[in-house]
Parts: sequence; structure tokens; C-alpha cells
Amino acid sequence: MSARSRILDYTLLAAGLLIAWIALYRFAGPEALSPPLPTFERIGGFLDSASFWDHAEATGIAFLYGCVIALIGGMAIGFALGVNRFAGAVGEPILTTLYSIPKITLYPVILLIFGLGVSAKVAFGAIHGIFPVALFTIGAIKNTSPVLIKTARVLRLPRLTAIRTVYLPAALPEIVTGLRVGFATTLLGTLIGELFASDRGVGFILVRAMEAHRVTDIMALTLLLFAFAAGANALLLAVEHRIHRK
Amino acid sequence: MSLRPVRARSSVELAPQDGAAVHIALRGVAQTYPARAGHPPVQALAPIDFDFRQGEFVSVVGPSGCGKTTLLEIVAGLVRPTQGSVTVNGQAVTGSVAEGIGVVFQEDASFPWLNVRDNVAFGLRRAGLDAAEIARRVDDALSFMGLTAFHSAYPSQLSGGMRQRVCIARTLVLRPQIILLDEPFGALDQQTRLLMGEELLRLWRATGATVMLITHALDEAALLSDRVAVMSARPGRLIDVIPTGWPRERDSALVAEPEFGAFTARLWAMLREESRKALGTT
Amino acid sequence: MSRVRLWQLGLVAGAVVLLEVLCRTGVINSFTMVPPTQMFAALAQAALHKTWFWPDVSYTLINIAAAVAISVVGGFLIGLGVHAIPRLRQALDPIFTSYYAVPTFILYPLLIVFCGIGPLSLIVMGALFGIVAMIVATLAALDRIPRVMLKVAKVSRLDPVRTTLLLKLPAAAPHLMTGLRLAVAYSIIGIIAGEFILSTAGIGRRVALSYNNFDNPTMYGLLVLILGFAAGVNALLGAFEQALHRRWYRPS
Repeated sequence: MSARSRILDYTLLAAGLLIAWIALYRFAGPEALSPPLPTFERIGGFLDSASFWDHAEATGIAFLYGCVIALIGGMAIGFALGVNRFAGAVGEPILTTLYSIPKITLYPVILLIFGLGVSAKVAFGAIHGIFPVALFTIGAIKNTSPVLIKTARVLRLPRLTAIRTVYLPAALPEIVTGLRVGFATTLLGTLIGELFASDRGVGFILVRAMEAHRVTDIMALTLLLFAFAAGANALLLAVEHRIHRK
Repeated sequence: MSLRPVRARSSVELAPQDGAAVHIALRGVAQTYPARAGHPPVQALAPIDFDFRQGEFVSVVGPSGCGKTTLLEIVAGLVRPTQGSVTVNGQAVTGSVAEGIGVVFQEDASFPWLNVRDNVAFGLRRAGLDAAEIARRVDDALSFMGLTAFHSAYPSQLSGGMRQRVCIARTLVLRPQIILLDEPFGALDQQTRLLMGEELLRLWRATGATVMLITHALDEAALLSDRVAVMSARPGRLIDVIPTGWPRERDSALVAEPEFGAFTARLWAMLREESRKALGTT
Repeated sequence: MSRVRLWQLGLVAGAVVLLEVLCRTGVINSFTMVPPTQMFAALAQAALHKTWFWPDVSYTLINIAAAVAISVVGGFLIGLGVHAIPRLRQALDPIFTSYYAVPTFILYPLLIVFCGIGPLSLIVMGALFGIVAMIVATLAALDRIPRVMLKVAKVSRLDPVRTTLLLKLPAAAPHLMTGLRLAVAYSIIGIIAGEFILSTAGIGRRVALSYNNFDNPTMYGLLVLILGFAAGVNALLGAFEQALHRRWYRPS
């Protein structure tokens, strides 16, 4: 598939989505949706306003903290459970089970523990992201090819050197995948947190728009969030592919 | 290359390096895997006594599942035998890999995140040699294995055979005194195998190392070795050890000699029954 | 029982005991959390005595079942179709890769405007959440059918329907199982989250009500129920999936 055909496909996709959007608008009316042009203008309005960026910053900070906890904590847990086989056998199923729980149900618990505010948002983001990072890291370590381990032993590498020069580079591609998924899930968690109980942040503006039924605002913010999340994901995917290619 | 006229074989084995010191000694080496849920204990290797003489090339052949790989990993020190002992130069081998051992595994062990040059230089860099010496040895190894043109390529860009050459180069560059190879040419076609076999012989002659080669290809064992050890079906024990009597300066032209065919036929005669047992058709 | 199992049970039991002790001694105050024994008691109370319990539970379960059915069957069929048209697959690829990175739940209010408050918007939400996981898994499953198997089908002169039923489906089964498990997990999340946000009935809504009424015991009891249900379903499907993978893909 050439790059040219790909660009053509994406253009067709975008055009198709736009047409579907307009059709839906015709069908549902201005109470439900707002048409493309006013929506894009509203997006421009948001990006221009200082108060929007204040909120975006609030979201960003909470997201950053959540990311740090999720990524670093997840990797630490992942390494501990990946390196020690027994701990991994015990812990991985537990992690998988916790991952499958609808974390939105834990939301009241988080609120009760952390109260309203930034820490609740950070906590919510972190508990969303920590599991995939940990699980992927465990997988990366467990999937280390046995022949690489044997090679390290034949070369008589001291343990730390073996980790630094063989095991870590071998596990890196899969760990990076985990980091990407963790990044995306932490973002979702932070946004969910903001939707419910926050007085700042992009999620908060969205909730206000929903309550006041300002359809154009809702759509503009939704599109912005979608674009940001998709864009960040695409960027991380590109990084991931570069690492995987080798 | 000229072949000395071959003498008649006697049943007593005469190693070409007769009188050479014993490099690796195996005494009563056996391996039993303990019982697991629903399975009885499995004996993978019957007790084996064998001596590798200094600088000789020994091949080990046998039917699938006879424990050849287990034997190699025991010799390497990667696996502790449940019975028996291994000594290298008189020192007992325990748990860890002794110094001066190089292993080429059946699977591709090249590091995908390093290019060919860095792969080959890996062991040297860990050993702390200075950069100039490393560069010199790596260049020598690359040219010896015909990899000079590919020095900046990554393993994912190379074919299976070339990746194995990278692994061999990485092992050779450390100048090990013992070289163990576990079906290193398994994935290659016959022509490439013959050529790689010749490279292996050049390497062996250049380094004077003691070589243990595991292979399921009888002609390969017959061509390359000073002695061929024949193993039975599981639990693997040594049925016989046959010296070939080839001169040190040998290459693949050997396949044209009638003695070569006779030798290979002899190996097959011994192995046919064992292979049928392993296949379960007896 | 194996050592691993013992340790797992021990850890879980230990955590529960720890929570119990911390709550009873007041380290964790009762406004934040109630002791686990109280959670179970409240759950039993609700199941035995509250009139809303079984209607809400069945409401949620029916919604989940419907969402799962749509996402699994729909996802599989869409996956089949997309796999057959490589250009389409390439065009839709950005949607598939970014789907679970974007906050799809934001669409829920939009959905309500279209479908009204009620089971339909919940089911659509749950199905939307799960369907892409099934599509992606179906694509991966069809990819993994070894070409040599298709050649065997051609040599055996099988028609397309029999090729699909006798060959493609069994070969793809393990990965389809993975898709099923993910679709179920996502549908559960989507339905319960939707009920939590805005709904007329269902366990998710009951959790929100309990929270708003400061009825912690009932709220936690219901959370335990949801946790247990999600974990149980996932464990069951996961075991099934593992068995399939082991049977189909024994390491050579």
C-alpha cells in the first residue's frame, strides 16, 4: 500500500465522516447536534480563549501526575512480578482480574477517600493506567527469548550487566507498547474524573456545557478531546513502531 | 588438499590426537526430569562417560529426543546433571558456565537491537578490552565469516543463515577454547550447510579449539569430525564412538571419497533401529 | 491446591482482613468506607429484602447480554467484511487504533438525545464500547490463519462456505475467543458506567443513588457484587480462552 493510496483513503474517510455528520444533523436537528462549520468555529473560539487554556492546564497537570504514577508504578510492579517467577504466577492473574473491573464503579470510593479535587483526578487516572503498564511489562519480561538468557549466561555476564545490556533492550519494545496503552488509559481516567467532580479542567467545562445543553460547545469540546487523544496516540504509535522495527 | 590413504579401522578407537590431553571429561552424566502432575519421571539421558581430547572435533548424532541438546547444555554448564560430573581441564563444572566456553545455539541468538558489528563486538566490550583491539578483532571475525559488507545492518534485515554467521562470529571473536554448537545449521539448505561446515573447519583449525557439534545430519557429522559419538533413542546413551581418521586439512571435497560414503552408511546402519524406536514404529 | 493458588487466596483474604481491621478500629472512618463484613451483610440484605434488587439486577444483566450479543456478532461480521477489502481496512485503521484511546463515553449524552433515556441508549453504549475490540480481534484472527491451510482447502476443493466453517472458524477460534472476552469486559464497563451516569434503572444507577443518599453499606455491597461479577465472568472466559490457545497452539 503506497503512501499516496493511504492519503487518499484517509481523505475519503474524513469526507465520509463529515457526510455522516451532516446527515445525522439533518436527521436529528439542532437540539442534538451542531453542524460542522459552527462547530469548527467554536473550536477556534476555545483555542483562542485564555480561560480554556487555564482549564486545559488543570487537566494537563492532573494527567501528568497520574501518568507518572501509572507509568513508573506500573513498570516497578511489572518488573517485580516479571523477574520473580513465583511472584508473577501469583500476582499476574490478580492484576488481570483487577484490570477487568469497571473502574468507574470505584469512583465513589475514590471520592470518599480523596475528596473532591486534584488528588481524586490523579488517583482515578493512575488506577486506570497502572494496570496495562504492569501487565505489558510482565509480558515483556516473561517473553524474553530463552536463547538470549542462555547467551547472557554463556558470556558469563554479571547480573546487573546482563539486565542492562541484554534483558532490558530485549524487553523494551513490549514495555513501550504498555507505556502507550497506559498513557491513553490514564488520559481517559483523568477525564472521567473531571466529568464528575471537579471545578476545573476540560472535563468540567464539558459537564457545564452538557448541563446547559449548549450543543455546539459539547460537540466542539468532544472533537477537541478526540483529536488530542487520537493525535497523542498516533505519535506514541510512531515512536513504538520505530522501536519495534529493529 | 590430499588425503592420506585410509588405514583399516580396528574396533579400538584411535583418535587422531591420540595422546592429547583430556579437555572435558564426563563421568556417569545422566539427567532425569522429576515427576510432574500426571506424568512419571522421565529419564532424558542414561549415564554417559566420555572424554573430549584437547583440540579435537567431535560430533554427536542420534534420533530426535535422545537428549543431545541436554547433553550439550550440561557440558556448557547451563544445566546441572542429576547424576554424574563434568570436569573441564580438571576443574569440576558446577551451576555456572566456565570461562572460555562458546556456544552457538540452534535458535537465532543475535540481539535484534544491535547491528552486526555491535553484535559481534558485544562480548569483547563487556570484557573491557581497549577500543582499538576490539575493532581489530571484530573486523577479522567479520571478514572471516564474510560479513564485512553487512557490518551496519540489523539482524532483522538478514537471512537466517547470515544471522547464524553473526552468532558464530560473536562466539569466535572471544577465542573460546571450547566451542559447542547445537544444530547451528538446522534451518539452512544443504548447499549452504556444506559451505558453512567448511567455514567451521577453518575456524577450528585457526583457533585449535575443542569442538562439540550436535547435528542430525549424518553426512555433516561424517565430514566435519575427528570422532562421531552415536546416541541411542531416549534415554540417550552412547552406543558407539567412531573415529573418522580424516586429516586435519579437510573440506567438502571429502564427500567425493568412497570412504566418506562408507562411513555415513555405517552411521546410518547404527541409527536406523534407534530412529525407528524414537519414531515409535518398531 | 498448588502453592500459587494458596498464595493468591491468602493475599486476597489478607487484604480483606486488613480492611476489616482498619475499618473496625476507626483508622478508616465510616464515612469513607465500611468494613467488608458490613458490605456483604448489606448485599445480602438487599438481595433478600429490598424490592429493587432483583429488578435492577435483571435490568443490568439483560442490557449486558444484549450489548454483548451485538458487539460480538456485529463485530465478527464487520471484521469479516473489512478483512476481505484491504483498502477499506487500511482506511479504517486509524479509527481502530485510536478507538480505545479516545473518551468514547463522552458520546453517551449524545446517545441519550437520540435514543432517549432507557435501555436502548445503554445497550448501544455498551455495544459501541465492545464492538471495536471484537472487530480488531477478528481481523487479527483472520490474519493468523496460515496461508498453507487455505491452500489445503483449495486442494481439497472446498467451497467458500465450507472453507469458512470447517477451516477458517476453527483456526481463528482462539483469537476470536480473546475478542469475545474483551467485548464482554467492555460491554460490562459501558453498561454499568452508563447506568451510573444517567439511567432509570439498573445496578449502576443504584450505586449512584446509594452514594447520593450517603448509604455507604448498600453502595459498597453493590460494588462488591459488580466486582465479583466482572471478575468472575472474566476469569471464566479467560480460562476458556487459555484452554483454546493451549489446545490449538501447543508450542512445538
